[in-house]
Amino acid sequence: MTVNELALACGFEAVYLPDGEREVGGAYAGDLLSWVMGRASADDVFITIMTNINVVAVASLADVACVVFAEDVTVPQDVLDAAGRKEINLLKSHVPMFETCVAVGRCLK
Amino acid sequence: MSEALHFHFNVDGENFTSAGEASVQVKKKLRQLGMPPETIRCVSIAMYEGEINMVIHAGGGNADVYVNEDEIVIVLEDHGPGIPNVELAMQEGYSTAPETIRSLGFGAGMGLPNMKRYTDDMKIDTVIGTGTTITMKVYVK
Repeated sequence: MTVNELALACGFEAVYLPDGEREVGGAYAGDLLSWVMGRASADDVFITIMTNINVVAVASLADVACVVFAEDVTVPQDVLDAAGRKEINLLKSHVPMFETCVAVGRCLK
Repeated sequence: MSEALHFHFNVDGENFTSAGEASVQVKKKLRQLGMPPETIRCVSIAMYEGEINMVIHAGGGNADVYVNEDEIVIVLEDHGPGIPNVELAMQEGYSTAPETIRSLGFGAGMGLPNMKRYTDDMKIDTVIGTGTTITMKVYVK
């Protein structure tokens, strides 16, 4: 499944999608970024409510397929700028973290 | 590549949001050199954690990366307070980071454990009041 297909299937909003055709391998959810770096695999969907600029660095270094911001959080401009520089796919979910995870889980089954 | 390629970076201790710039640069360079993706992932995550640690605890420092054909060596050197109990610091979840750092998503006590997890060899030289040097190796597989 690609990031584009995931967004469509789960009803996620595209915030920034430089590489929507990237394949998704699995998923990891969390807000403590070192846990994410320690546990997330490459090509994962990274689900979080954290919206500071470090999220983009972590997404890039952990080489995840995309970030999904849950709870309809507002994505700050510096995060958008950093995602632009690093070519990181950003999506937004209008439902809380748990429901977002359930939706992604159903898609990846 | 008979001789190691060397990259040097100053890690700015004042700017938390720009921490990670050195790791991102290294990631780009390793990609250009055609290193395997998993090797790049390991090196850049270990280095990023090290950079964050230097910013949180030591007011910055120096990062040196040596790229050989069969291994990548990362040396992180700071002149911070040193680590009083390395064994404790290596435990997942143990943290002395201030609360403000937690609000940025760090300070969960996973930095050093992650550095160990993603490298094949890690050595910590620390002297209280003088500083810490961490040397990590990632074998190119």
